[in-house]
Amino acid sequence: MELLGYYNYWVFAIVLMVGFYAVIVRNNLIKKLLGLAIFQSAVFLMYITMDKVEGATAPIIQEGVTDQIYSNPLPQVLILTAIVVGVSTTALGLAMVVRIKEAYGSIEEDDIIAKDRKS
Amino acid sequence: MIIIFAVFLLTLLVITAIAIVRAENLFVAVMLMAIFSLLMAANFFILDAADVALTEAAIGAGVTTVIFLGALSLTAENEKKVELSRGVAMSIVTATTLLLIYATFEKPKLGDPEAPVHQHVAPWYLSETPKLIDIPNVVTAVLGSFRAYDTLGEVFVVFTACIGVLFLLSAKNPADKQSRRTPPESIGLRHHLIPKVVGRLLFPFIVLFGLYVQFHGEYGPGGGFQAGAIIATGIILFALLEGEKTALAAVPHSVMMAMVAGGALLYTMVGVVTMFMGGNFLDYSVLSSNPVFGQQMGIILIEAGVGITVCGALLAIFHAFAARENY
Amino acid sequence: MLEQVLYVLSWIMLTVGGFFVLVGGIGALRLPNFYTRMHAASVTDTIATFLVLGGLLLQAGLTIATVKLIAILVFLLLTGPTASYALANAALLSGVKSNATFRKVNGKGSKSGAGQETSVNQETDASQETSASQENNEEQSK
Repeated sequence: MELLGYYNYWVFAIVLMVGFYAVIVRNNLIKKLLGLAIFQSAVFLMYITMDKVEGATAPIIQEGVTDQIYSNPLPQVLILTAIVVGVSTTALGLAMVVRIKEAYGSIEEDDIIAKDRKS
Repeated sequence: MIIIFAVFLLTLLVITAIAIVRAENLFVAVMLMAIFSLLMAANFFILDAADVALTEAAIGAGVTTVIFLGALSLTAENEKKVELSRGVAMSIVTATTLLLIYATFEKPKLGDPEAPVHQHVAPWYLSETPKLIDIPNVVTAVLGSFRAYDTLGEVFVVFTACIGVLFLLSAKNPADKQSRRTPPESIGLRHHLIPKVVGRLLFPFIVLFGLYVQFHGEYGPGGGFQAGAIIATGIILFALLEGEKTALAAVPHSVMMAMVAGGALLYTMVGVVTMFMGGNFLDYSVLSSNPVFGQQMGIILIEAGVGITVCGALLAIFHAFAARENY
Repeated sequence: MLEQVLYVLSWIMLTVGGFFVLVGGIGALRLPNFYTRMHAASVTDTIATFLVLGGLLLQAGLTIATVKLIAILVFLLLTGPTASYALANAALLSGVKSNATFRKVNGKGSKSGAGQETSVNQETDASQETSASQENNEEQSK
């Protein structure tokens, strides 16, 4: 039970590295972007883990309740905006992949490199 | 009790992440990504971050999946099988994971009230929000007022990314000019009565819920980012059901562009107006004779700006991918 | 007295609902082809949703949460069957055959039918299932 307090961080570490593995090993560009999205989500998870306070509720102040403690709002604000920015940048990456597909006829990294070498 | 549930969800998260990386069909991987996002949203909710959970559910599971599918239909569905020597990568990744896990033992435990994060500026936000802004949702207060610069920056990142996508995808495809795809009429689920009827039934409620999230953001979980995403999801659903052409007739390109630029402009103008009225940039207290009311008014205005920009940007990105198929 | 009856009844509903979720999950994993799997998964969509949300309704009493739960119930009862229809229709159009020949295989269910598409559609199915159960879970944790 004592060690469960770290479980969120362990999941963060594993998911982060799973995403990183997809980015460095997989040849497919869309797979790389999926890996990047996983990587990003892992970072979100770490930030949100840090905002939790034992016995607290979401930081929405209830009127007339004085002894309630609230979780930390700051990491939530940072991550809330980061999620929206994340989807925009993922879309930008996908747009690039679409153009690469049109120019090279493939979204596999080794095909693209081979084609570049030939020309 | 809740910790068992949290551990269960987190374990599922790891399993899903590994399944995404292992899946060879990209369609499967994208669908698993949607599951991953929903699990993430549930985790966020357990960790007291209702606002973030709402955002992740609307954007991660909804919009991201649609954009990925749009890109997949333009590229390839299957990954090429390549035999790679994965030993080096695997050992690096394993070593880093172990290092990170070792490092976590130095971190404060989950929910520790003595953790450094909770000592610095967060208590100030929690104690001053009722006095200075007087709205219940501290997340919205921090987002809209205390850290409004930050949010302005994020809005402009969304704006820039949208412009980038449009630049990349609106250029003509040099390779082939003849239409190789099905004509636009057959796109969408128009010939399927049941999804169409149910979709039409749900569409107004989705938009209504989006507006509720937008304007209830001061009192409960919600705000411009979530509302923009929810409304965009509703209109994307409409586009999927009725075909892209009908959706573009309802929300034309010019309106989308006006939304993307107008929302960001509204946000900036609020800041400029506060400067002219004698305050600092984005210091809303001067907007009204009562500083607290001025703050509330400023937050409503900039949240509207955020919502408009996010909604317009997501729609423009979706249509950029959808229109590419017809070249 | 009435409160206790309602309490016991709500937990019975929740437990039976949970059991049906489990049945749907096992069915989606073990049944031989796509259509039978979907059939099993639809158990989660309908009766399990109904029972779990009904149980929560009884626990919530007459508050604003009740109204929200009813809204969720209506929403799920509308979208679940529609999604199932769209899924089955897409499978039929893309040529997934329903050669439902039950073979007795020890351990795994026989992997007959169209290999790739089957696995694809199974995933889509699973995503809906997760989304439905996710919402239930979120309500539960409230």
